[in-house]
Amino acid sequence: MGLEIMDDVRRDYIYNLVRRGKREDGRGFQDYREIKVEKGIIKKAEGSARVKIGNTEVLVGVKLEPGEPFPDSPDKGVIITNAELVPLASPEFEPGPPNEDSVQLARVVDRGIRGSEAIDLSKLCIEEGEKVWIVFIDIHVLDNDGNLVDAAALGAIASLLNLRMPAERYGLSGEGEEMIPLQDKPVAVTMVDIGGEILVDPNYNEEKAAVSGLTVISNTDGTISGMQKYGREGLKEEKVSEMVEMGIEKADELRQRFL
Amino acid sequence: MKEEGIELIKDGKRLDGRGFDELRPIKIEVGVLKRADGSCYFELGDNKVIAAVYGPREMHPRHAQDAKMAVLKYRYNMAPFSVDERKRPGPDRRSVEISKVSREALEPVIIKEFYPKTEIDVYVEILQSDAGTRTAGINAASVALADAGIPMKDLVSSVAVGKIDGEVVLDLNAVEDNYGEADMPIAMIARRNTITALQMDGRMTKDEFEKGLKLAMNACQQIYELQRTALIERYSEM
Repeated sequence: MGLEIMDDVRRDYIYNLVRRGKREDGRGFQDYREIKVEKGIIKKAEGSARVKIGNTEVLVGVKLEPGEPFPDSPDKGVIITNAELVPLASPEFEPGPPNEDSVQLARVVDRGIRGSEAIDLSKLCIEEGEKVWIVFIDIHVLDNDGNLVDAAALGAIASLLNLRMPAERYGLSGEGEEMIPLQDKPVAVTMVDIGGEILVDPNYNEEKAAVSGLTVISNTDGTISGMQKYGREGLKEEKVSEMVEMGIEKADELRQRFL
Repeated sequence: MKEEGIELIKDGKRLDGRGFDELRPIKIEVGVLKRADGSCYFELGDNKVIAAVYGPREMHPRHAQDAKMAVLKYRYNMAPFSVDERKRPGPDRRSVEISKVSREALEPVIIKEFYPKTEIDVYVEILQSDAGTRTAGINAASVALADAGIPMKDLVSSVAVGKIDGEVVLDLNAVEDNYGEADMPIAMIARRNTITALQMDGRMTKDEFEKGLKLAMNACQQIYELQRTALIERYSEM
C-alpha cells in the first residue's frame, strides 16, 4: 500500500514536470541519458557488451554452440535470445522462471536482430541438416532504472559486433577463430507518452508515470525491423507515426556514436 | 523466417484470390458457451478461435488485488492440434508475450474502476491456426467482454498487415506469413483511430508502415461493424 501511494505521488510529480516542459533529470524530451557501451568485457563469452544508459545497466553475453538446425531451415544457424531480470537489479524483480516482462524484453530484442538479418544465418551452417551454430544471446539486467529494451538491444548488437566462432573448442577444424560479419546494425529506440508529450529514453519513474509507449527498432538504411507497443492506454495514430519517425532518427544517432 | 522461391502474388492477386486490401471471411457468434459469463466464437479464414470471460470475480491471491480497480487477466492458449506440427501443451514464450500484448490491447476500453479488488479473466483458445490468431483472439475477446456485460468505453478490433513480394497487404494467411517479408499485428479502437496494440517483425520502410497502418485502420472499421452487428443480433433475439 505504501508503495502504491508513492507511485501515485511520483506519477503526479513526473506528469506535472512534463506539463511544464521539464524532465526529472533535466533532459530535453528527445534526449537520451548518458550512454556507455563497453564491448568484449567477458572473456568466456564469444561476444559481450556492457551498456549503461544513465543508471540502467545491462550486460549481454553471446555464446555459440553447435547444435541441431530447425527441420524447416536445415542449412541455417539458430538465434536464441533470453533475458533474465535478476533480483539484484531491482526490488521489483523476483527469482524464478521468466515472467512476461522478461519474455517480452527478450522477444523484442530478438525480433529486431532477426528482422534486420544482422546475422547471416546461412553462414552459421556447419553440416546441412545435422549441425549448425546456435547463437545464444543472453541479456543479464544488472540495474533497472528504466528503458531496459534500448540498453539490451544496444548490448546485443554491440556483442555481435565482436563475435568469434569458437570452432577449435568444439573440435571443428578449419574454421579457427573466424569473425562473423554483421550485415546490419539494428538499434532500438523506446519512447513513452506522458500527458501528450513524447519522451525518448524513459527512466524508471517516467516509465511508471507513462500509460503507453512504443519501441521502434530500425536499421542502417532507415527501414524498421521491429516494433512493440506497451501500456494500458491507446496511442493516437498520428502519435504512433510521429514516434516511428523520431525512433528512426534517434536510432541513427546512436548507431553512429556507439556501434 | 524469410524463405525464397514462392510467388505470393500472381497477376495482382494473392494466392487465395484476395486483393491486397481484402480481409479473409469473418464469422462471429456471441454467447456460445454456457458456463462463461461472456463468450464469442470467431473465425477469420481458417482461423477458429473461442474466447470466454469470467468475472468480475474475487481476486486470488488477495495480495494481488488492486484496491482501486479490477485486474484484467488474459490467457492466449493454442490447442495442440491447432497447427501442422503438434504444439506442446501449456504456455511458451510466444504465448506469454501474446497474452500480455492482447491484455494491453483491451485494457484501454475496460472501465476497471467499477470493480475494485476483483479480477476479470479472459481465456482465448486457438482451435485452428492459420496466421493472425492473436488478432482473431483480441476480436473474440472484445466481443466476449461485451457479452459478459463488462462496462466498456468501446470495442477493440484487430487485424494484421504485412509485406509479401514487396507489396503491403492486409491480413496475411499462413503461407503469406511464412514466406512474407514483414508482419504487423495491430489492435485499435476503430472509431477513435487509437492504437492499443502494435507489433512488427520483419522489415519495412516508414512509408510501407504508414500504408500498412491505413490498411489496418480501414479493416478494423469493417471488423468493428461485424462485431457490433453480432452483438446486436444476439441481444435482439432475446
